[in-house]
Parts: sequence; structure tokens; C-alpha cells
Amino acid sequence: MDSIYKRLTEILVDVFDDDDIVATEDLTAEKVNGWDSLAHVRLMIQVERAFSVKFTASEITSFKSVGDLARAIAAKTGRN
Amino acid sequence: MTRHLFADLAWLPESPADFRARNRALVEGGDGAGAGDEIIALATHALGDNQLIKLAETIGALAARGANLSPLTPFKLGIVGTGTLDLLIPALIASAARHGVLLECVSAEYGQIVQQALEPESRINAARCDAVLIALDYRSLPIPAGLGERAASVEASIGFIDMLREGFRAASGAVSIVQTFAPPPEQLFGSLDRRVAMSTRGLLDAINRRLLDGLEGTPDLILDIAALAETVGLAEWYSPEQWNLAKLPFSATYARLYADHVGRLLGALRGGARRCLILDLDNTVWGGVIGDDGLDGIRIAQGDATGEAFLEVQRTALMLRERGVVLAVSSKNTDEVARAAFREHPEMLLRENHIAVFQANWNDKATNIKAIAEELNLGLASMVFLDDNPVERGLVRRLLPRVAVPELPEDPALYARTLLAAGYFEAVAFSDEDRKRADFYQDNAKRLALQSKVGGVEAYLESLNMRIGFAPFDGVGRERISQLINKSNQFNLTTRRYTEAEVAAAEADAGVFTLQVRLTDVFGDNGMISVVIARPSEPAAWEIDTWLMSCRVLGRKVEQMVLRELVLNARAAGIERLVGVYRPTERNSMVQDHYAKLGFILIEEDEGGVTRWSFSTAEDVAAAPMTIQRAGLAVGEAVA
Repeated sequence: MDSIYKRLTEILVDVFDDDDIVATEDLTAEKVNGWDSLAHVRLMIQVERAFSVKFTASEITSFKSVGDLARAIAAKTGRN
Repeated sequence: MTRHLFADLAWLPESPADFRARNRALVEGGDGAGAGDEIIALATHALGDNQLIKLAETIGALAARGANLSPLTPFKLGIVGTGTLDLLIPALIASAARHGVLLECVSAEYGQIVQQALEPESRINAARCDAVLIALDYRSLPIPAGLGERAASVEASIGFIDMLREGFRAASGAVSIVQTFAPPPEQLFGSLDRRVAMSTRGLLDAINRRLLDGLEGTPDLILDIAALAETVGLAEWYSPEQWNLAKLPFSATYARLYADHVGRLLGALRGGARRCLILDLDNTVWGGVIGDDGLDGIRIAQGDATGEAFLEVQRTALMLRERGVVLAVSSKNTDEVARAAFREHPEMLLRENHIAVFQANWNDKATNIKAIAEELNLGLASMVFLDDNPVERGLVRRLLPRVAVPELPEDPALYARTLLAAGYFEAVAFSDEDRKRADFYQDNAKRLALQSKVGGVEAYLESLNMRIGFAPFDGVGRERISQLINKSNQFNLTTRRYTEAEVAAAEADAGVFTLQVRLTDVFGDNGMISVVIARPSEPAAWEIDTWLMSCRVLGRKVEQMVLRELVLNARAAGIERLVGVYRPTERNSMVQDHYAKLGFILIEEDEGGVTRWSFSTAEDVAAAPMTIQRAGLAVGEAVA
């Protein structure tokens, strides 16, 4: 999981243009400046590209935290 | 990872590592002169989505405080369309800067298209835009789901678009930019769709035709999204997932490609399209190096896979010329040798009379391109420079940042496609005047005088991080050494040919000094690029029997470094004097002054033009900016 969180941190820093963001299990959209629905779509597209995975719309709307997202990536890629 | 030509805008260099820092520097300083140029420079990279957002923020911050951003030209663009367009706006702003446009976007909320067009004081009409982008796709057209209800759909769709165009024009005088409609990849009947007038594809074919015809005689413009979507593939273009999730009208993968296409159209509308294509010759217009391979050795023949690729470059250049793009040549070659191909080679499509300015010489290319621009009386921002050599491209980008220099893929088969994909010559109209333009420039072009050199070459060379490797001949290098000895014609002082066995003999002879030279730089390994053989002659002297170099590394001070290495090794062997010999051939006039330039003293010249030169090994030769790596040589000084 460490490598997934590491890559997610890079993506979050890039998408939200904030060097201080760290991807953690309990990080949620409310805690990040600018993480609105449009930014969420951008983020998902970049995560899909970075990990070569595809999420369904229902998966994307079900993620409640970065932890949910990381677990979904792990399940799809077989990484952990 | 291989870059995808279209999705990754692979004609642009990859984004610089200091991209964020340069943005920060602009926002924090950046009001002085040069901010506009720096924005254009940053925009002229294949920026990622987040980088486009970053640059758009930088531009917004500078514009908001009234910074002077010339040479960017202001443009106010209204945007209405299908789906969520907000994600596109930063990409549009940053991409427009690539084409010299300082873009301000005025967008409307989703679903507000008609009100925005028809209400005189709608947000877009009140903003008095220069143009309005009507970014509709088929999902916004009045096309009912049932085939039986579609009889009037073409009329209704055209009526809808015309109403929007007329609305914007009446309220604010804005020009409309309308899009052709890309059909969705889902087919109802299969191939028959195309023949069934009521199928979605059938309708969109008819609507596109009517839309284009309806633009005749109006100032409104077309953005051919149908062509763009076909180019990348309809199934790639339309993403049902992203539409369902966020109403993105097309896959986010292509946002930057779309934005670049809007940018180039706006640039063309502001007169910023490029007007002159400058061609390198060796391995750009034909395969091979004419100075070495000879007129018969270059590859442009039909039926030869490599030759065909270069013929396609020539065909493309000629078609561009026909539509008014001026052609010029900048090549490191001897003038007569290069011209011979244009005059005598039966397979050449390009001929001397197609080229407005022909610069074949040994100057650096930045100097030549400046001379071409002055000769044609065109600005550097009108120039495109096509060259297969990444070092030449890098030099021109650095010294003449306004010249467009496309990256080229490894395979020449893709050169022509890459050049055209970059959209440098975007046009908003095509007239008889355009057809005649290339001839006009040509008539005015005269033979050029040599120009003063462009400054900054030294600094550029330093940035290449060159590493030069010296070693005596060895078994591993032998085959390549023989190849160079038997093939090099231009940079070859004596043109003595040796068999591989003779090379091996020199290698084994302790009295003979041999040197193979390799060069690596930030663009990669150039491989073995120079070979030297020196034999003992009179007491305490070495005669340079062979000295040759690949023309690919000309102008990089490799000769100076090789001389330095020779001197150091000669000194270590107790040698006091180097003797250089130049033996003229039909091909090697470029090195006629080689020894004079390096500081040798002329000692004799015979009636055949053979010259002999002398250099004292007590003299120090300055080191050029590159790291030295040695193996198996007598000298081993500390590396600076």
C-alpha cells in the first residue's frame, strides 16, 4: 500500500497544486482546499491514467476517503 | 515511454523540470519586459493538464494586475456548448498563449446556450467578445431518438445553429466559431448507417455539409472537430464513462489537443500563423549525408522504405508551398554539394526554384535562420524549422525562441505527419493571393551575405552536458573505426582508406598513436564520432596520418578537444611537434582551414594543394566545456 499512497500523494500535490498534501487513509475531500466535484473528476481521471485502472461511475461516487480509493486501486492492480 | 503524436502533442518538447518554479518567478516578479515571451516559452511545451491549469493561473494573475504581456495579443472568447466546459477553460488559456494569444474566456452555465445567444445583455453578449466558440456536439442538436421522427432534423439543426450565430452577431458583433459534428462510434445498422439518411451518422453527414456551405460569405469560422475526432479515433474521442460521470463532451485525454486546435485558430485569426518552412537537408529531406554518401548514395528513391519517407517530406513541403508557405533551406553542407541534389538527382521532387533562400554552409543554424528571416523580411515568429538532429533543434530553440521547432520521432516515416499535426500553418481563409505568395518572396530573395553570428552558442554548448570519451583503437571499436575511415568524406583531412586488417595493425603497433573518440550529451549517445591516427615521422614528431570526424557533431568544439588530447599524449611520449597534413579531395573543402583554425603554422604547400602544418606540443590547448573520460591512454590528468 505504501507505494500506492506515495503515488497518490504525487497526484494530489499536482492536481491541487499544494506541496503539503499527503495521501493518508483518512484524508477526505473536505480537508483539501479546492476539492470540489469538478476537481474530483480531474483527480479520478489522473488516478486512472497513473495506475492504468478504470473505475465505474458508482465506484467513483462511493469513495469516501483516500483510504477507500487506495484499497480500490490495490484490488484492481493486485498491488499492496 | 513512446509519446502518442496527437494525444501527447508530441511535436512539442516535454515540459521543463523547473516549470512550477518558472511560474512562481513570473507571478512574483514578472511585470517587466519579457514576461510575455516567458509565457510563450512555457506554453511551448507538451504541458500536462495540471500544468495547463498552473500556467492559466499565472497568466490570469499577471493580466489581472495589468502586466505588460506583449507580444501576446489580447482576445476575448465567449464559450457555449454541450456538457461541462469549465475543465477546458484553463487549457484553452494556456494553449492560446502557445499561439501568441492572451485569451480571456467568458463562459455560460450549462444549459444556457440559447439565452446567451439571444438575450442582448446575457453574460457573453454583455462582455463584447471578439468571438464566441459554439462548442456543440450531436447531443445538443434537435435530433429525436426515434428514427421515424427525424425527417426534419437536418433543417432543425442548421436552423438552431444559425439562430445562435445570428444572435451573437446581432447583439455584440462577435464572430462565431462553429464545430463540425463527430458521429458517435455506436452504429445502428453497421456499414449501412452511412446510407440511411435518418441514422445519426447519416444526419450528421448532412448537417456538416450544410453547416460548411452556410459559412460561405460570412466572417464565421469552422473548428473541424469531426476531423480531429476521426484522427484520434471516435471510440477514443467519446468516453461514455466521462460523459455519464461529469458530462465531459469528449474524453479528457484529448482536452489539450482540443485546446491547441482552438489556440491555433485564434492565433491564425490574429495573423499569427507561420509563413516559412526552413528545411534541414541530410536525413530530413533525404536519407543519408550527401557530403559523405554522395549524390548516388542519398536515399529518396521510390520503392525504398526509407526513401519513401523522405519523399513524403518533400511532397508535404511542396504542397505547403503551393498554398503560400515559403520554403528555405538551412543545412550544414558545402553549397555546391547540397545544390547538386536539387539540380541533378532524378528522384528529387524539390528543386532549386522552389527554395526562396538556400543556406548551405558551416555556420551555426541560428545564424542562418536569422539571415533567412532578414532576407525574406519575415519575423522569426513566422518561421518553422524542421531538422532531424536534436542538438540543432535545441540550439535554435534556445537562441531563437520565437522560431517553431517541432520535435521529430525516430522514424522518418512520421516526419511529414508530425510537421502537419503541429498546425503551424493554420489558415482561416485561402485565396489566389496565397497561391502566389511563395513566388513573390522568391522573386525578392537574393543570395545571402554571411551574417554575424548569433551570440549564446557557448552557453548552449555548456548546457548539453557533453562527455567526450578518448581511447586508443581496440577490438570492440575496430569495425566502426574501419567504417568511419572508409566512409567519411567531408570532415576527413587526408581521406586515407584502410582495411580492417590495417586498422588492427595500427592498433597493435606500439609506435603508432591511435585515438577513437565518442561523444555523449543530454540527447543521448552519439557513438564514435572521430578517429585519429598519428605516426612517428622525423625525430620527436608525430605526423597526423588520419583525422576525421562525423559532421553531426560539427560546431561543438570536438576538434579542439581532440587536438588537446593529441598534444597531451604526444607530450607524455616525449614528442615535441605535431605535423598535420591536408589532402584536398572533391568532398573535403570544409576542412581546408582546419589546421589554421586550430593554430597550426603552415610549413609547405605543393602544386596539388596538399598543405603541411606544424604545431608545437609545448603549447597548451584550452579545454572546451565538456567532461573528459579516458581509457587506456598514457595521460591521466585530473578531470576538471
